[in-house]
Amino acid sequence: MVEVLGVRKNYGKVRALEDISFQVGRGEIFGIIGPDGAGKTTLFRILTTLLLADAGEARVDGFDVVKGYRDIRARVGYMPGKFSLYQDLTVQENLEFFATVFGTTIDANYHLIQDIYDQLKAFRNRRAGKLSGGMKQKLALCCALIHKPEVLFLDEPTTGVDPVSRKEFWEMLKRLKDQGITILVSTPYMDEAVLCDRIALIQRGRFLRIDSPRNLVAQYPVQLLSVRGPSMFTLLRELRMIRGIRSCYAFGDSHHVAVDDPLLGAETLSGKLLALGHEGVEVKRIQANVEDCFMDLSSMEQSSKELSSTGAVS
Amino acid sequence: MRVIVAENLTKRFGHFTAVDSASFQVGQGEIFGFLGANGAGKTTAMRMLCGLSKPSSGRGTVAGFDIERKPEKVKASIGYMSQKFALYEDLTVRENIRLYAGIYGVPGKLIAPRTDDLLRRLGFREERNTLVKALPLGWKQKLAFSVAIFHDPKVVFLDEPTGGVDPAARRQFWEMIYEAAHGGITAFVTTHYMDEAEYCDRVSIMVDGRIEALDTPQNLKARYGSESMDQVFTQLARKATREVE
Repeated sequence: MVEVLGVRKNYGKVRALEDISFQVGRGEIFGIIGPDGAGKTTLFRILTTLLLADAGEARVDGFDVVKGYRDIRARVGYMPGKFSLYQDLTVQENLEFFATVFGTTIDANYHLIQDIYDQLKAFRNRRAGKLSGGMKQKLALCCALIHKPEVLFLDEPTTGVDPVSRKEFWEMLKRLKDQGITILVSTPYMDEAVLCDRIALIQRGRFLRIDSPRNLVAQYPVQLLSVRGPSMFTLLRELRMIRGIRSCYAFGDSHHVAVDDPLLGAETLSGKLLALGHEGVEVKRIQANVEDCFMDLSSMEQSSKELSSTGAVS
Repeated sequence: MRVIVAENLTKRFGHFTAVDSASFQVGQGEIFGFLGANGAGKTTAMRMLCGLSKPSSGRGTVAGFDIERKPEKVKASIGYMSQKFALYEDLTVRENIRLYAGIYGVPGKLIAPRTDDLLRRLGFREERNTLVKALPLGWKQKLAFSVAIFHDPKVVFLDEPTGGVDPAARRQFWEMIYEAAHGGITAFVTTHYMDEAEYCDRVSIMVDGRIEALDTPQNLKARYGSESMDQVFTQLARKATREVE
């Protein structure tokens, strides 16, 4: 449904996208996961024909983003990151407006938006600008769906949204997928990655990896330990000074410690920590999550870049 | 020492009670997580504590000053940073520091040495004359936090400080919060990242304008039979019944 080959985009000297290639199949939920400024919005704007790439090719539902832009616009739904509705129109008016622009009616595709719109019905005469964040997001999704798009582009639909509303939003996406709609969704929340069929991790305009969340975490390159103890902050600093430890990051109520040295297992590490005066510390081996993978891949990329810029790599 | 005290703090807008009799206390150097769903009343409560909005009833003190009678004293004793707005993009790193130092009344002779010290600790010396808009987001957040505590306030209010920041930078940011708290600054933080709730000494969860739960993350997880703060939050926030603006 979406094919991208070697897409690049620069803004002046800033390389927003560097050599991006990927494909998304029909009915897939494909997540683009990365922090602000990584290039997610630029990529979405190219694929929705709102911005021209400097190089490379992209096709959406078989149409080229340059030559076939009119066809693409009729076939995709786009929900930009910033609230894009008409603030002075009511809920109902916004929806009617988007339906009319695409030459359809609310009734024609009501089945697609029904379970989302049911939650908005009580407010249908309220102006969009007066809705809560969660409600605005639901309305924007309805407006992006009303012309029955083949592909839905959702740019950070859950940013700034509380965890409960985020879960509800993902449940809605799952139901849309079941109706055969292909979904490209971007998010800075790594915990949402597991809800996608496949994900691309993006950092500084480059894809670090494309894979299913399951494969991604299975390929985490080193041993990962979780460490929990009474004085977490000192523990963090001292862990970083132990030889053989590649990285150590706080993860909620425990620290995740990536270990390069295969001989440094859970028992050895807890012995070392005890010797440093940390009592009651629990160390256990754990499976990496998407955030662990992201940090590892991005620090690896960073260090290889630094090496090549100092000329250490020939 | 109690740096923040709220007693039955209430804010009504017409018939709508945004904050409903909230009571809590926060100690010096504590990291206090202030959680709630969108529209639960967090921002309204925070505005009252910052001296920006008067309570309809109830009372509060911040750094010993009454939020209703001495709002200007409150404002001078706090730092504030939000993800949405923190720094002037068209000013350089150094100019932003100078501007905020002036606004918060840092004595002139202290500004230059503190600025040098700050730039050195952040590793920003090379970037001191760079426009803030040219900095990566993670750097901006670090600078914004440093600027918010530049005048050595009693409390720093952090409103979703890490939204959209990459995972490594998000953690470095929390290490800065730890350090500030260690130095005696109280941190009052809102966040939608539930792993960050675990970094707080105590956490309150607001539902429909009321404080539904307040305890250490460990005790909250035990009480709600949950493995993570995410589960605790979900249990409580799903009780919400009101639809808000």
